[in-house]
Amino acid sequence: MSQKVQDYSDTSSWSYHVDESFYADLDNFRDVLNSDWPVAAAEIARRGEGFLAQEARLIDEGRFNDWLELFSADCLYWVPITPGGGNPRLEVSHAFDDCRRLTDRVYWLRTGLAFSQIPQSRTRRVISNVEVLDEPSKGLRFIRSNFIVNEFRAGVHKTYSGWYGHVLTAGDEGWRIRLKQANLLDSEHIHENLTLVF
Amino acid sequence: MVVSPEISRYNAEATREGAWEAYVQADRVHRTLYTDEQVFNEEMVKVFGHTWVYLAHESQLPEPNSFLSTKLGLRPIVVTRDRHGDLHAVFNRCAHRAATVCREEVGVAKSFQCPYHGWTFKNTGELVGAPWPQGYGADFDKSKLGLGKVTRVQSYRGFIFGTLSESAPSLPDYLGEAKPWLDYWIDRAPNGEVIVRSAAHRMGYRGNWKLAFDNGGDGYHPSFSHRSLLEMASRMGDSKDMSYFGKTPDDGPMKVYSLGNGHSVIDQRPNFEGPGSIWANQRPQPGREKFEELIRSKYPEDADRLLDVSAGAQINLSIFPNLLLIGNQIQVIEPLGVERTQLTWNATSIGGVPEEVNTMRMRTQEDFPAFGEPDDQANFEEVQRGLAVSEEEWILMNRGLNVDGWQTMDENGVIVTAVTDEIHMRGYYEEWLRLMNGEAK
Repeated sequence: MSQKVQDYSDTSSWSYHVDESFYADLDNFRDVLNSDWPVAAAEIARRGEGFLAQEARLIDEGRFNDWLELFSADCLYWVPITPGGGNPRLEVSHAFDDCRRLTDRVYWLRTGLAFSQIPQSRTRRVISNVEVLDEPSKGLRFIRSNFIVNEFRAGVHKTYSGWYGHVLTAGDEGWRIRLKQANLLDSEHIHENLTLVF
Repeated sequence: MVVSPEISRYNAEATREGAWEAYVQADRVHRTLYTDEQVFNEEMVKVFGHTWVYLAHESQLPEPNSFLSTKLGLRPIVVTRDRHGDLHAVFNRCAHRAATVCREEVGVAKSFQCPYHGWTFKNTGELVGAPWPQGYGADFDKSKLGLGKVTRVQSYRGFIFGTLSESAPSLPDYLGEAKPWLDYWIDRAPNGEVIVRSAAHRMGYRGNWKLAFDNGGDGYHPSFSHRSLLEMASRMGDSKDMSYFGKTPDDGPMKVYSLGNGHSVIDQRPNFEGPGSIWANQRPQPGREKFEELIRSKYPEDADRLLDVSAGAQINLSIFPNLLLIGNQIQVIEPLGVERTQLTWNATSIGGVPEEVNTMRMRTQEDFPAFGEPDDQANFEEVQRGLAVSEEEWILMNRGLNVDGWQTMDENGVIVTAVTDEIHMRGYYEEWLRLMNGEAK
């Protein structure tokens, strides 16, 4: 019996790659992100900070298509509910976006029809306490940071705080985001209109 | 007396005497039911107290002496299992000076000691003792100083409800015609084993709690309120999930059922045909392609069933006053104030299936809370803002009323009608009115 071989390489349309090994990677990333790191060399640290600042600016300026370009094809944008991440195999998250869902999210934000984003959130974030750990053997760069995201929308000002875990992967055009994990201080508690991008 | 022109399951002769008649008419309700603090306070006593209110799911209390803190209306309560595993609910309020005795959300405890003055209570409510009893006179009667109890606590197949009313009907009678729908929802799980874990979407909106109930059984809003989701879903060509709410849904096979006692259900299942159809029409979630391949190769005989239960149940079941089963989620309405509400979306796993099915269920249950519900809640908040116009007094719920050929009533008194009929609102307001007027069932 012949079977048509599906080409799943376009991860903005297909999610064939999100399998057990994808989840196992998250476990490994979490172990690294929760361990103590040596202080990085100044040059490395500066590059890590610079990457986060550039990413933050794209979000805060609503340049979501450009922001999407920062992610790798096998990326995950993750905003867990259970503090620290919990077990995503058995628990829901605020956002558990593989490339396809993240593309959906950006598309959704840009439809102009999402009433939860009419008017749009204005955000401006501050990122600090940046730590960087390189793992050259795996082509990975880990970045850990604290954030404060200020949001103004529909007459209401809100502040979110927490920490980011970034895992960057070396690509042809520089670093790409393999994992962005945004850990809200109060992730498992009540939130109003959590449609902003963290 | 207002006589509803609806086909009525109730005795038309039954008169209603009460202060609320003017506020709930056959086709409209008054704005102050959403804005007035006194109305809200009275609801918190009567609606959330004098009828069966959903409290928790048994899987959240997995072993003897488990407890879970929650609320009955605004009253802090603790739902407990005693050492035999029997269910109780006690007010989280020390009999002495009112401090809460339990400050954790979940756990295991045989007793609770009040952190303020050390009074200790069994998890069934009885006072074990107060420190230094010599300071109390001879009339100090421990048996009268237990934690207050939610007098009736009962579980229906894992769904725990409680009421303070002695005269309320039995829980199965109260669920009534909602029961077969709840059974369908539960029986999608092999052996009916439904599991709630701690991670839940706890959403807040600045609006009255009833706005969530107005929406739960509303088949009119999806093609408008959820335009962004429908538009996003068509990004990759054919629009899937929920697209059938689009063009003139009243001509389609979907129906809304008014089940009595304030309950209603939207049945989306007629949009699907045969095993595997729910899955085939599911919006694609992370891991979908690999998962389907795995299930089809490992369980070829059973694949369609396993794939279908990985996606939503395709009914929206509203059980008055605070329980909404939407997709695979157990959604609970928690009033916080007249213009502030928490909606907790409890994700569910099921027993008796490969673990991959539950992982796919998690991914499925992240979709609507991210891209659907926020737009609804934005609209709830804008309703609340619109209600500030004091000169415009009414909220209409007249769609479907007096429309020829829409409604039919079956032998059990269930009214079946077109999916955009606002009968779900008229139905629950009938029950709301009964409770607020303090009338017996």
